[in-house]
Amino acid sequence: MPEFRNVVVTVNEEPREAEIEPRLLLVHFLREVCGLTGTHFGCDTTSCGCCTVLFDGVPVKSCTVLGVQADGHEIITVEGLGSPSELSPVQEGFHEEHGLQCGFCTPGMMMTATAFLDENPNPTEEEIRWALSGNNCRCTGYVNIVKAVKWAAKKMATSGVSARGAAPIR
Amino acid sequence: MALDEIQIGGLGASRKRVEDARFIRGKGNYIDDFKLPGMLHMETLRAPIAHARITSLDTSKAWMTPGVHLVVTGEMAAQHNLAWMPTLSYDTQAVLVTDKVRFQGQEIACVVADDPYIAKDACEAITVEYDPLPPIVNPQQALAPGAPIIRDDKAGQTNNICYTWEVGDKENTERVFADPNLQIVSQDIYYPRTHACPIECNAIISDYNSATGKLTIYLTTQAPHIIRTAVALVAELPEHMIRVIAPDLGGGFGNKVPVYPSYVIAILASILLTRPVKWIEDKTGNLISSSFARDIYFHCDAAIRKDGKIQAVRIHADTDNGGFFSDAQPTKFKIGLFHSIFGCYDIPYGYMTAQGHYTNKAPGGVAYRCSFRITESMLFQERFMQTCAYEIGMDQAEFRRVNFVREFPHRTTFGFLLDSGDYDKCLDLGLEKIDYYGFLERQKQARSQGRLLGIGISTMSEPLGAGNSREYDIIGIKMFDSAELRVHPSGKAVLKIGSKTQGQGHETTFAQIVTHELGIPADDILVQHGDTDNTPFGMGTYASRSTPTAGAATAMVSRKVRAKAKKLAAHLLEVSEEDVEWELGRFYVRSAPNRGVTIQDCAFAAYTNMPDGLEPGLENNAYYDPPNMTWPFDVYITTVEVDPDTGEWDVLKFIGVDDCGVRINPMIVEAQLHGGLAEAFAMAYHQMITFDSQGNCIGANYMDYMIPTAWETPHFELYEVVTPSPHHPIGCKGIGECGCVGGPAAFVNAVVDAIAHLGVRNIDMPCLSSRVWEAMHYKHDVPGTPPLPGT
Ligand code: FES
Ligand code: FES
Repeated sequence: MPEFRNVVVTVNEEPREAEIEPRLLLVHFLREVCGLTGTHFGCDTTSCGCCTVLFDGVPVKSCTVLGVQADGHEIITVEGLGSPSELSPVQEGFHEEHGLQCGFCTPGMMMTATAFLDENPNPTEEEIRWALSGNNCRCTGYVNIVKAVKWAAKKMATSGVSARGAAPIR
Repeated sequence: MALDEIQIGGLGASRKRVEDARFIRGKGNYIDDFKLPGMLHMETLRAPIAHARITSLDTSKAWMTPGVHLVVTGEMAAQHNLAWMPTLSYDTQAVLVTDKVRFQGQEIACVVADDPYIAKDACEAITVEYDPLPPIVNPQQALAPGAPIIRDDKAGQTNNICYTWEVGDKENTERVFADPNLQIVSQDIYYPRTHACPIECNAIISDYNSATGKLTIYLTTQAPHIIRTAVALVAELPEHMIRVIAPDLGGGFGNKVPVYPSYVIAILASILLTRPVKWIEDKTGNLISSSFARDIYFHCDAAIRKDGKIQAVRIHADTDNGGFFSDAQPTKFKIGLFHSIFGCYDIPYGYMTAQGHYTNKAPGGVAYRCSFRITESMLFQERFMQTCAYEIGMDQAEFRRVNFVREFPHRTTFGFLLDSGDYDKCLDLGLEKIDYYGFLERQKQARSQGRLLGIGISTMSEPLGAGNSREYDIIGIKMFDSAELRVHPSGKAVLKIGSKTQGQGHETTFAQIVTHELGIPADDILVQHGDTDNTPFGMGTYASRSTPTAGAATAMVSRKVRAKAKKLAAHLLEVSEEDVEWELGRFYVRSAPNRGVTIQDCAFAAYTNMPDGLEPGLENNAYYDPPNMTWPFDVYITTVEVDPDTGEWDVLKFIGVDDCGVRINPMIVEAQLHGGLAEAFAMAYHQMITFDSQGNCIGANYMDYMIPTAWETPHFELYEVVTPSPHHPIGCKGIGECGCVGGPAAFVNAVVDAIAHLGVRNIDMPCLSSRVWEAMHYKHDVPGTPPLPGT
């Protein structure tokens, strides 16, 4: 039988404790153990970016991180964007500019965009395209995703809100 | 005063999507997000080689793995009469291998366990021994004398041909070709295999309730009602005891129409174990085993008059169908609607032959973001038009214009009925926006400085929105669609449709149709779809058919509801029905326009104050069988610069002009085009899934089958022309696939145009820099056909 390890991971500011197999991927920890199904699993090769979450504020592909590696760290998932009553600028931008169709890539795309805008709040189109180049979308052709990120940048500038919403990324 | 239709989200409003609310919060419901009590997990073991007999299969170690509940092999499936299943093309397909493996990735066995990690471990514990057979990876090998017969399971199959087909007027075509005054131009082009590969792979949860005998299937499918019928046939269960629920789909693009072997086994497992069984396909499984698209060889000759008018075309197409003929296509047409080729051109005579071939590759021919092989025909058409223009020495825009259809209705060379369009207007707008003549000047100058600029045009009209039911059916089920509308006492409504969104935004746009017909604000209308227990029978969403069929049904059912509301209005207004007039959202008395009642008043009255003799309630349904396909027209023009040293190319500018008739939601129409054009660019640029001489699939994951990201994908600049469909109730035409269908030729044409002065006429897709470099430096065409053995 595989051995189990105890981990405590802070997910969207809430500590989650569990006994997990060392081989359990972080994406499966989030989806199956924490019940947060907004983080999607799209490929076997760290290519699609659907599973992107923030790991201590840095975007990572959670299909390529083990759950045990997240022990003691802070994870933000799509469910941690905005608040129940308010959308984050990035979420709002994706809605306003029709930056999603089937929605499968969207959580990962938004997590990458969130971290990017926190670092570069006033990006050019070229910078946005480069920043998102680790995330695949099969539906949108990216035109409106680029617009959505621009929309979010503008919103951040005029409202003073961080990309993730009211609470800044730690 | 009538309502402001745009303000209430009616026809023409770029209404923001209602679907977004759940997706941007991570609250979508894709199959993998469902967890049912007692649910088990299935994994599929796939064959590592392309053609081999299985000499032994030992599952004992898998059975002994703790947490394993069931191991299903072909032998066991055969005991349940499920080793083989019918395909959508009246062929058969192995569910699990019983005799021999026919393609790499074919399903060998399935394991059901407590969790997917255990199921994967147990799959690895299965040992299989193979006796390899020579693999056949293209039609040329399939036809070679002495080639092994791939489908030796089929009685009477003595070769590897899976179909032959012909259409057109052979005699008159040959007569035209014999005319010595005409110039003959010929070309061969190969459209390589592609894969739709939605980001979400195939997935199912099968839940059999032994107490009630009801089978509930949660499935990522574009066509839940067809799947229910197919399952009823295969599982021999009555349809009312099967419920197919298609929740949110992470894309489809044609990949999610068929029934796949692992679906059949998951259903069998849930019946045998009386527990829910979930199967989530992995990306490699999706790419190597689920339906491929294209893989077709094209030869065309045209007989052309001196003034550029094409007098006749002669076409032969060879398709590589893989191990099983599983195309989803209208029964009557062995090669789908490929013969819509050259539809937008007025060509007096044409004759076409087609032949399908079995090979040791995964079953192919899925209509990937297109209507039944139209993408192939349009690539060939537009690549060939460019070649003809070069060969007869005419400007490529002018050459198209000379041959355009101008009068409607028009019967095409191969029998389709074009009903509307204004091709010149679209082309003019496109040429103006790309500054065509200015670019030709710049191209000339650049060439003199050693820089390579090219411009590519693609113009096409494709038949979208199958059927009518007279001509179109899939396995005998006629192609129509449906809608059910129920208006509640409050005047708020629920619309149920037979089609199924995969990201196209039906929940947003279908409400807009009701708003247009009834004046109920779109926000007051809930659209439901994707649950066979809860929606009327429909053929699903593919072939850009939702708006042409289910959209039309939605308009028609709204009109039925309005007709009844009128009776209620007459009753409320105390006048006779003939004296009642309609304006958006309101009935009024003709002679006293101020006296009126709203549609909401009528809805309330339908439940609280109906006239004597009138049935209570305000609801209805409609089945819509379109009289014809819809015929959008599209112009795509792109300019590129090719690096003379490396063969790399960049898109300078891309212009699209689309006439899809009336646009329900312009924002969504444009976004559909963006998506399709990105896929077109992908196929032209670098996305490649091919096979080596042993039948190994090269491109079995996203590292090798590179779908482009935001970085590679160009910006698409779009314009519109509106010629309403003459038969669609609100004048709409299909659009979802146009970018993907018409787009590829624009990119390839531009690349070839940049180096055409070197005598190059064709580079098969994808136009990899190595191929472009080879074409430039050796001044010849570069074919992309798969390798022969020993290469
Ligand atoms: S699932 Fe993690 S990158 Fe694709
Ligand atoms: S919206 Fe479907 S994959 Fe991006």
